[in-house]
Amino acid sequence: MIKADAKVLLEVRNLSATVAGVEILKGIDLTVRAGEVHAIMGPNGSGKSTLAKALVGHPAYTVSGGEVLFEGKDLFAIAPEERSRAGLFLGFQYPVEIAGVSNSAFLRLIYNTGQGAHGKDELDPLEFDDFVREKMKLLDMDPNFLDRSVNDGFSGGEKKRNEILQMALLEPKLAILDETDSGLDIDALRTVAGSVNRLMTPDNAVVLVTHYQRLLNYIVPDYVHVMEGGKIIKTGGKALAEELETRGYDWVVEEYRKQESRPGSPAYAESHL
Amino acid sequence: MSTVLENLVNQPYKHGFVTEIESETAPKGLSEDTIRLISAKKNEPEWLLEFRLSAYRHWLTMPEPAWPNVKYPKIDFQDIIYYSAPKPKKLASMDEVDPELLRTFEKLGVPMNERAKLAGVAVDVIFDSVSVATTYKQKLAEVGIIFCSISEAVREHPELVRKYLGTVVPPGDNFYAALNTAVFTDGSFCFIPRGVKCPMELSTYFRINTESSGQFERTLIIAEEGASVSYLEGCTAPKFDTNQLHAAVVELVALDHADIKYSTVQNWYAGDEKGVGGIYNFVTKRGLCKGVNSKISWTQVETGSAITWKYPSCVLLGDNSIGEFYSVALTNHHQQADTGTKMVHIGRNTKSTIISKGISAGHSNNSYRGLVRIAPKAEGARNYSQCDSMLIGSQCGANTFPYIQVHNDTAKVEHEATTSKIGEDQLFYFQSRGIGAEEAVSMIINGFCKEVFRQLPMEFAVEATKLLGLKLEGSVG
Repeated sequence: MIKADAKVLLEVRNLSATVAGVEILKGIDLTVRAGEVHAIMGPNGSGKSTLAKALVGHPAYTVSGGEVLFEGKDLFAIAPEERSRAGLFLGFQYPVEIAGVSNSAFLRLIYNTGQGAHGKDELDPLEFDDFVREKMKLLDMDPNFLDRSVNDGFSGGEKKRNEILQMALLEPKLAILDETDSGLDIDALRTVAGSVNRLMTPDNAVVLVTHYQRLLNYIVPDYVHVMEGGKIIKTGGKALAEELETRGYDWVVEEYRKQESRPGSPAYAESHL
Repeated sequence: MSTVLENLVNQPYKHGFVTEIESETAPKGLSEDTIRLISAKKNEPEWLLEFRLSAYRHWLTMPEPAWPNVKYPKIDFQDIIYYSAPKPKKLASMDEVDPELLRTFEKLGVPMNERAKLAGVAVDVIFDSVSVATTYKQKLAEVGIIFCSISEAVREHPELVRKYLGTVVPPGDNFYAALNTAVFTDGSFCFIPRGVKCPMELSTYFRINTESSGQFERTLIIAEEGASVSYLEGCTAPKFDTNQLHAAVVELVALDHADIKYSTVQNWYAGDEKGVGGIYNFVTKRGLCKGVNSKISWTQVETGSAITWKYPSCVLLGDNSIGEFYSVALTNHHQQADTGTKMVHIGRNTKSTIISKGISAGHSNNSYRGLVRIAPKAEGARNYSQCDSMLIGSQCGANTFPYIQVHNDTAKVEHEATTSKIGEDQLFYFQSRGIGAEEAVSMIINGFCKEVFRQLPMEFAVEATKLLGLKLEGSVG
């Protein structure tokens, strides 16, 4: 829900980032306020996942320019684990498998670490077991996932649910969900979307990174951003996503190129130096 | 990869202090005279001196083993002290133990006195070469269990020692076993008579204190028909820049229906981060499942020593006997480990299980070497082996050398091996959930080792978990 006076959670200013020396993000500007749902869409390779991973501090992504404020503080001044404790969450596109580490122990550790960071009470294993089982019910997850190793041998859809389960445990201020809809059948999609909607409050926000409009039928975005070539080239409302679904991305890209090639535009100036 | 991984393996060794204690030390060097001196100091019977001398003469003809996957400068066996004992050495009770020594064990967290009673663990403490204290002896004696230093056993129970000593590891078995047989100074002796289940964990704590002294202890455990015992062994040493030699021999004998469980947490000084100093841990451990339905189980957590060379083994002679080997070997910095087991199936329907977990970090090198041998008459023998290696960082090495020799068609032998790496993505996954890299590594390692930790007595399992965490601290970055 858009409210002009809502608190700014995330302020991305002219962010650029490289992976293995190649510049992928080329000046991103994005403002996310409390209570908002943003969708970042775009074709493969447009830099959507890079933006998500650069924000949470994945070591393979190097920030090469610009700045990011999270609740007014420099996000890049703190380590990835501190960003999590500050309330930033990434639901991974491909959650990694960690053989040998039990999912229940892992979930309890992250939950209690989060509680500790916010000065709240931790739960002992028995209390936590009751607590997490309730959360799992909402996600339609079989409790036997607790006894397995973290993501180990999970199907694509099971991994995604496990990500949303973690989001439900951590209750982040800002959750970035990277392609959470991929690998989910329609029922699972509805369940997962329902959980995300339930977690939404006027004080937090969600950024959905997605290819398809499908997810946005269930989690309705306030803003839709189209990324291409490491930039946000168009921003609109929910209707933009629907238009993209029917017309594809090409027309947006073309429109952007035309606009940029007009004399006087910054891109024109750059290319004619 | 990241500095996270590199910083996590750098934790100072906390047992590296030296205890100022008056000790009686033989001059450096090895000759028949040294052996006669050791034997005389200990008032040994003639047969034992002869046993030592014959081992020594055999040793002189043996080459040092060159096959292990470890590198070290040649050892000068004349530059080692073969006998060092704290004075006074004859003790009637714990009260007479040098308080400095007690404080040492206090620092190490070894339960003695009251704490031993609370923990319900009987402890034998070997300091340098001599057993300084054995707790709980009286209570054990009531059920007929003998638990004392091997020197005392030689004096008090010579017939038992003579009957079993060297029957599992013969004097000429290998280079270091022969050396041990020639010069062993003390160690633990444990005898569980027929039908007795030992009512508590038995424990020995070994400590090398004197610089340039070697430690050559000899442990002999006998479980008679239907007896059972669980035995724990812990080891530490101060930090010295010179390398110290530790060449122990452990022999276990299980008669019909007997059960011996032997657990080790080895944390000898490993040298500094550049690889200077540390213990050369060249140990021969072997159990003989002599009787039918007998069982010997080895569990080891090897975290210390500059070099570890040990293969706790089982000879499965009795029909239906069972051998087990559960091992975690962690190497960091410039540590080298070549460790594993031998399961020799001789009797019918004998079974063995090998679970080995190797963790390498820093510039270390960690090898599993194991033999499974099925003799021609071992009808229906079965073995299952699983050898997993985990690499932390990109400068370390892991190797697996399995040897499988099957001479009976009815045998079933399975071997599985995996190698994994704690990857940047796994660590980042934890970090993105608010968990620091060190805690992440410790959680992954404990998960990796849990099949082995589950075999340890509870207090040891807790200690082992902590120890691995400490050892890896600073290796991730």
